[in-house]
Amino acid sequence: MGYFKDIFNGGLSLIEGMGVTARRLFRPLVTVQYPRKKIPLSSAYRGHIELKIFGESGTHKCIVCLNCEKTCPSGVIRVQGEKLKEKGPKTLTSYVIDFSRCSLCGLCVEICPTSTLKYSREYELVGETWADCKIDLLARLARQVEEMEAEKKTQGIAA
Amino acid sequence: MDELEKIEGNERVYSLNLGPQHPSTHGVLRILLDLDGEYIVKADPVIGYGHRGHEKMGENRQYKQFLPNTSRMDYLSGMLYNHGFVLAVEKLAGIKVPERAKYIRVIASELNRISSHLLWFGTYLLDLGGITPFLYAFDDREQILDILDAISGSRLTYSYCRFGGVSRDVDMKFIEMTRAFLKRMEARWVDYEDLVTKNVIFIHRTRDVGVISLELARQYGVTGPNLRACGVAFDVRRSEPYEVYDRFDFEIPTGSKGDALDRYVVRFREMQQSCRIIDQALEHLPEGEIMTPKVPQKLSPPKGEVYTAFESARGLTAYYLVSDGSPGPYRCHIRVPSFGNLNVLNDVLPGTLVADAIAILGSVDLVIPEIDR
Repeated sequence: MGYFKDIFNGGLSLIEGMGVTARRLFRPLVTVQYPRKKIPLSSAYRGHIELKIFGESGTHKCIVCLNCEKTCPSGVIRVQGEKLKEKGPKTLTSYVIDFSRCSLCGLCVEICPTSTLKYSREYELVGETWADCKIDLLARLARQVEEMEAEKKTQGIAA
Repeated sequence: MDELEKIEGNERVYSLNLGPQHPSTHGVLRILLDLDGEYIVKADPVIGYGHRGHEKMGENRQYKQFLPNTSRMDYLSGMLYNHGFVLAVEKLAGIKVPERAKYIRVIASELNRISSHLLWFGTYLLDLGGITPFLYAFDDREQILDILDAISGSRLTYSYCRFGGVSRDVDMKFIEMTRAFLKRMEARWVDYEDLVTKNVIFIHRTRDVGVISLELARQYGVTGPNLRACGVAFDVRRSEPYEVYDRFDFEIPTGSKGDALDRYVVRFREMQQSCRIIDQALEHLPEGEIMTPKVPQKLSPPKGEVYTAFESARGLTAYYLVSDGSPGPYRCHIRVPSFGNLNVLNDVLPGTLVADAIAILGSVDLVIPEIDR
């Protein structure tokens, strides 16, 4: 008797399980076809760092204090500056990060005294060589400024 | 395979390597099995494949520079490890934490605990041959990762807690998302019960399999859901409440036999209890600061030592820090629960079938990089 009871209970539990799966059939899809469709990033997203562009000056505010370089646990950041003016802070000449070693902890962003560092929103960072992982933030900044100006121009024409 | 075959007296013992690349060993665990036919005679776990030297790394850098490492030891409960390290350093340096930050930490930790258990739930059933629950569990887990991503900016390696608070405040959107998640899970628990807990095949596969007796659990220092499945209601959140856990009303689910089914049930009910904690924490979430002002950037705690235990998703985890007054710890030791949970298999696996080895190995919920660290 126990044998048939087992079969009956087993069948019942299977049908119950199938019921759950069947109900799922009529629910909307949860997957996204990634390269064609993208989901929005969260506002807190931590990408690699980049220099912030300040509206009033149109450039960054880096004073080459080297705090970010010193605080980085993995030695990702290399900052170089030159003393161009007699008084005041140094001028930034090169800001290169080695993204292959970055653990995205954000200590550099938090320690920056002029808050000129921020997280970028880039996540498609495939490279073929080590050199692809090295990101020159000054060149990136120049590119972004150019883009912004081009955008302003097109907006001006449209207006 | 010839070299692996040994002849001991009249008995023919066959050595089999389970792992390190076996899909069911989750990470890089190798277990040397000595087999007599289908039965395991001896099991010898080999660890160390994922050794990165996290403890040593902690000793040659500043306290805050160790924060990103904490989430990388146990990558499934990164928030809990992060939380625990911050607790230890705060105790060492005597830093007070604002109430709001404490509640946010608890909510984030419990969410992380659910996500860790959900991943275990999915992969364990995958090990046993059921693919469907795996996909459902990952769908639910994705909701948690989205919530934690919205507050910390990262999906797995959070590095969210700071000495004296948390790095980002939560907003109404976070509270809404978490509430929506809790509501969603209520229906999901019923689905999972129907799909898995009541499934006869699953019950037959796990009942009386891999019984860890209470005596054995004590000998090996098994903690967490594996110990609770033996019937001991030991949970650091209850026995030594840290943060604000003493203010919440929650049960500690326990099993009776300590077999794989009990471990499953305990984890399953623990997820529901975590939901209860989150619900209460959201209700009583106070307004105010999220960071204590005036925590120095270069923290140099006074000379001394501290031991802080907390309940990670896998059991009792602890940080032991020794400070010599410098900006980095002199000694940084981490007690991981998976070490005990793995080594108990030395005594549990012998006498069982090879096919059951995977069912037992999966049921103790191991994260190997946490053992190797």
